[in-house]
Formats: sequence, C-alpha cells, structure tokens
Amino acid sequence: MPTLKELSHRDVRLTGGHRLCPGCGEPIAVRQILMATENPVLVTNATGCLEVSTTIFPYTAWNVPWLHIAFENAAAAASGVEAMYQSLKRQGKLDPAVDYKFVAFAGDGGTYDIGIQALSGAVERGHDFLYVCLNNEAYMNTGVQRSSATIKGTHTTTSPAGTVIPGKRQNRKDLTEIMVAHDIPYVAQTIPGRWRDIVNKAEKAFNTPGPAFINVLTPCPLGWGHDGGLTPEISQLAADTCLWPLYEVEYGEYKITYKPKEKQPIEVFLEPQARFRHLFRSDEGAEVRAAVQEWVDWKWEQLLKKAGEA
Amino acid sequence: MGKQTAMEGNEAVAEAMRQINPDVVAAYPITPSTEIVQNFAQFVADGAVDTNFVAVESEHSAMSACLAAAVAGGRVMNATSANGLALMWEILYIVSSLRQPVILSVVNRALSGNINIHCDHSDTMGARDTGWVQLYAEDVQEAYDNLIQAVAIGEREEVRLPVMNCLDGFLLSHSYELLEVEDDEAVREWIGPYQAINPMLDIDTPLTFGPLDLYDYYFEHKRSQMEAYPPAKEAIVAEGKRFGETFGREYGLFESVMLDDAELVVIGMGSTCGTLRDVVQAARADGVRAGMLKLRAFRPFPAEEIAEALSGASAIAVLDRAASFGAHAGPLYAEVTSALYSYGQQIPVNNYIYGLGGREILPDDLATCLDDLAGIAESGQPGEPVSFLGLRE
Repeated sequence: MPTLKELSHRDVRLTGGHRLCPGCGEPIAVRQILMATENPVLVTNATGCLEVSTTIFPYTAWNVPWLHIAFENAAAAASGVEAMYQSLKRQGKLDPAVDYKFVAFAGDGGTYDIGIQALSGAVERGHDFLYVCLNNEAYMNTGVQRSSATIKGTHTTTSPAGTVIPGKRQNRKDLTEIMVAHDIPYVAQTIPGRWRDIVNKAEKAFNTPGPAFINVLTPCPLGWGHDGGLTPEISQLAADTCLWPLYEVEYGEYKITYKPKEKQPIEVFLEPQARFRHLFRSDEGAEVRAAVQEWVDWKWEQLLKKAGEA
Repeated sequence: MGKQTAMEGNEAVAEAMRQINPDVVAAYPITPSTEIVQNFAQFVADGAVDTNFVAVESEHSAMSACLAAAVAGGRVMNATSANGLALMWEILYIVSSLRQPVILSVVNRALSGNINIHCDHSDTMGARDTGWVQLYAEDVQEAYDNLIQAVAIGEREEVRLPVMNCLDGFLLSHSYELLEVEDDEAVREWIGPYQAINPMLDIDTPLTFGPLDLYDYYFEHKRSQMEAYPPAKEAIVAEGKRFGETFGREYGLFESVMLDDAELVVIGMGSTCGTLRDVVQAARADGVRAGMLKLRAFRPFPAEEIAEALSGASAIAVLDRAASFGAHAGPLYAEVTSALYSYGQQIPVNNYIYGLGGREILPDDLATCLDDLAGIAESGQPGEPVSFLGLRE
C-alpha cells in the first residue's frame, strides 16, 4: 500500500476541468481508484453523470484510453476490450511484458438495474477486469429518479414524498452480496471519504486475477441535498451508521475493513440530507426511520456473522 | 486451388470465419443462425483458429463486446437472426457511428410477433438505417463469398463501416449446396492482415471513444459519416471484381440477368432469386422479354445504378420479403421507386409482398408477376401498386 505522498506523485488519469458538480463523490472515487495501479489502465464507462460530464466533445478529461458505448453495457464493453487484449497478447501482437488493467465505471442505474445482466455475464465469464459501481443511490444524470439502490424512505422524483406515500417504499437490493454470490475472486464496498480504504481495495482488485467488483457509495450533493463540501463526511456517516458497511470478500472470505467504535443511529446520516427531510416531519416519517434502522441492524448482524465477528 | 464440397449455409459461413481467423468473436445463439456459433466454437476448442471466443449472455452484450473489441483494435465477427438482431439494435448504430468494421452474419428470420423461426427479411430490413453495409446472398456459395468480401469492404480506410452478411434462414442456412471452398492461405492472403486505425489498446496515445456529442458537433459528425457510403459502394464493386480475379466469381452491387433488352423486369433479393432465375428463363423460352435484377447490396443502395439498369424496361415488379407497417408499400419497393423518380424514369412499378414467416414462394407465384407486368406493358396502365404472393386472403 503506497503512502499518501507516493500517491500524490502518481499520474493524474482523470484531470480537472470536467463538468461534474462541485462536491460530487464520483471523480474523487475515480481518481483514487485509478491511482491504485501504476500499470496502464483502459476504462469503459456506462452512460451517466461521469460519462457526460467528462467527455463533452471536443474536450475530454481522461488521460487514459476510454470508451463509452451505452447505458447498460459497461461490463460487456470491458469484456470486449479485455477479450481483444487477451487475443492479441496470445498471438504475440502486444508486448507480453506489459500488463494492462481494465476497469468499468457505471452508476447504480447502470449497475443495479439496467446493466445487471451484462455485469453478471461478464463476471461469470471470468474476464480479468475491475467493475466499479459509483453508487449515488438514484438516477442522478436524468434528474434523481429512484433505483433499486435507493434506500427506503428516500424522496426521489419517481418515489416522491407525498401526503400519502413517504418516499420510496422498498429497501435497496444488496448488489454487493449478489456479486459475492457469483463466487468471483474479489468483492468490496467502500466510500470516497476514506482514502486508505478505497485505494487499498482498488489495489487488491487490480492485482487479483479475474473479475473484481467494488461498490462505492458516492454522495451526490444535488440529489441528496447536502453541502458539496461535506461529501467525504457524509460518506463517512454512512459507514459510521453501518448503513454502508466497509468490507471486502476475498475468495469468499469476509473481512470488515472499518468498524465504527460506536455504531451511530441512522439519523446522523439521514438528517443532513434534504432527500430524507420529510422523515423528520411526521409520525409516519418516524415509523419509516424506525423500519430503516431495523433493516440496517439486521443487515449489519448478518455481515458480522459472515465475517465471523458475531 | 479450392475444393468443391457440399455444405449447409451455416456451415459455409462458419468455414469462412475459420479461414478469416478473426481476433475476437462474441456471440449468442439464436435459431436459425445457431450452427454458425456452434461450429465456430468447435474450431476454437480444436485450436483451429487464434480467435478469443466470448460466449456472452445476450445479443445486446454480443454486439457491445464486438464493438469494444473492434475499438480495442482487431478483427471481429458475430452471427445472429431476427430477435437477436433486434436486441442489438441500439448498438448497431453505435458500431457504424464509431466506424468499426465489425462483420455480422445475419441468417434472415421473421421478427416476432408472433414468434416464428422461418425466413423473411423483416429483421435486416428493420436495420436498414443503422449505417451497416448489407449484402444479400442467393445461395450458399454467395453467403461464403460475401463474408470474405465483407472483411475487405468494411476494412478499407475510406469505408471503415460494419457489414451485414445476410442469408435466408433455413432456405440457405440449413440447405446443403455444392460450393467452392477456397484454400485457407488464399483466403487469408486475399483479405490481408487487419490494419488497426487508432486502436484503444495503444496506451501511448490515450483516446476518448464515444463522447457526449451535442448540437454543436453531432450534425457535422453525422454528415461526415454519410460521406462513407459512396466509397462503400465503390468498394463493393472493386472488391467484387478483385474477388473475381482471384477466385473466378465476380460480384457487383447487383446482378443483371437478361436485363439488356428486357421489357418486364422483376427485382428481388436473397434465395428467391434462384427460383426467379428459372422463371425468367422459362419466360424467355416462351418469347417474353423478361429480366431479373438481383440486388446484392441493399446498403448502400445503388439508386443511380439501378435507375440506369432499368431504363429500358416497360414494367417492373419489386419483390419484398418484408412488410413496412404503415408505409404504402414494402421497403425495397420504396427504395426502387424513389431511385427511378430521382433519376427521371417514369416506369410503372408493382410491389409484391411475399414469403413472410417462411411462407413458400413457388415458380407459379413468380410467373403471375410477369403476367401482371405484361398486362401493364400492353395497356400502359399501372396495376394495383401492392399485392401479395402466396397469401390466403
């Protein structure tokens, strides 16, 4: 694991000057992940905020080869690039001494929902690549619509808080566990707010042969309704409440990489964000908060058991 | 020297793929194209090719992976039919927009619904505006030859477009026919090595592929894409000629069968042209000045060349193996009549829609087209613009 000073001297692979919102968690995560390897990296990117904001023709913020095809196929695109790389390398048409790395970036829409088939297929086939979900818990690029990564009670534009319905009615799908169930070599959850955690996981993922999956909770000041300056702290609160536990699964072995000294109530994460404001204004809102807390506690207990810490 | 052998259409296509030896094949099976993928997987398993075969989980991922592999920098192939092609739709446009010479063999099959596995051209006709070059085969030999030529056409620097090698489902894909299979070395020499242009795997020159392209540039990019199709038309002719010089079978944009002095002309595509050839010859034996225009290249559409080839005709029939719902006639008819109008030809043209979902087309059906045309030529009155062959009304 390199030091912070060493990391600061590494190539900048996603430059400044892109048009993501101030405080967006995505470029922070992307830069930290791409810092984690010094090998050549080739990126495929699903349609989404990261893609539209970093490549507005004739400009690009990418200093590495980068390909966007469509919304639902970042994993299929990565498998195509990786397949050609393997083919040409085997045929002696590429330098055998240089080891290229492949990474796919997609949001929770491109991963949990429309892209899950391509993702499942690509990892089952065993392509040697890292898939990173930049999970901001809704479809932010199209204006904050709910996804299956959106947590219960969240106000989005397609699960609005109204006089009858208090935001999204369902708990989120546990995609990280779905990826664990694919029995791939490396799966992890992390946040942009803990640089050592995210860089360390990305480094492991890059260095593990075969498919790896990292799910990064990336705060979205616009969609979540918090100050852009609070992005790292908000992501830290998700970890402190265990609403987004930081852990990894290496060849089936669970390891919790960050355990809060004292597990915080979910309100410390919910309260600074406008998308949960309605949950603090009525008895029904309090009921939803209690249900979410119960779900978080249950999920956390399950994780502790899997990690042998219960 | 090549060898004469009997093969099914699918087998011949897989054989051409083996000889071409692409760097990556990403495919998903669907009837009636499945055997292409199966046979090719066996070649991979037996070490007969260098190809990295990716058995993807859907046609959407198949075309996505093919496009990405092509962008990475190598020769890429794939095969599908009907609903599989429909699932690729979104990506088909992106392949041509990124100017990647991906080759796709489409074994033509009726699109759902209702579900039907047999031949018509609704699948590739629906994809006619996706920016792919489309070649149609009359027989198994042509399906084999067209695939080899598709590589050379698509990879030309002034073209760089994806190509669909279309062959009729079951009628060709599952029919044994005699064909000339050329030597592996001769085929490889004829297509030459792949020349990558701006490959993504060139890590020293990092490029951004598929950016956001708004109203300030998108239009110019589409205009420049349109510039690729006239050279593609020239490439089809040039490579067809070069193929003839090497292998003795020359190809063009279309084949003119007894067109020079023909009064009554029938235009078709695909395996039906084999039947039509006999019908036209029989009519000639009866003293009817009949002719056939067998269209090989539907995209780019040879409008000017067709208008010129038909200039001596008195009446024309266009056979469409697809409906264009809501349009006044079938897709080939619309193209042909538009070509005639654009180049100043005032000739009556009838449209016959036939063979949907694999409905059989018989010589007698096609003979009625010639009878209709004779009536039109004699009276000078155009008939019903659209009618149907082999349909129970």
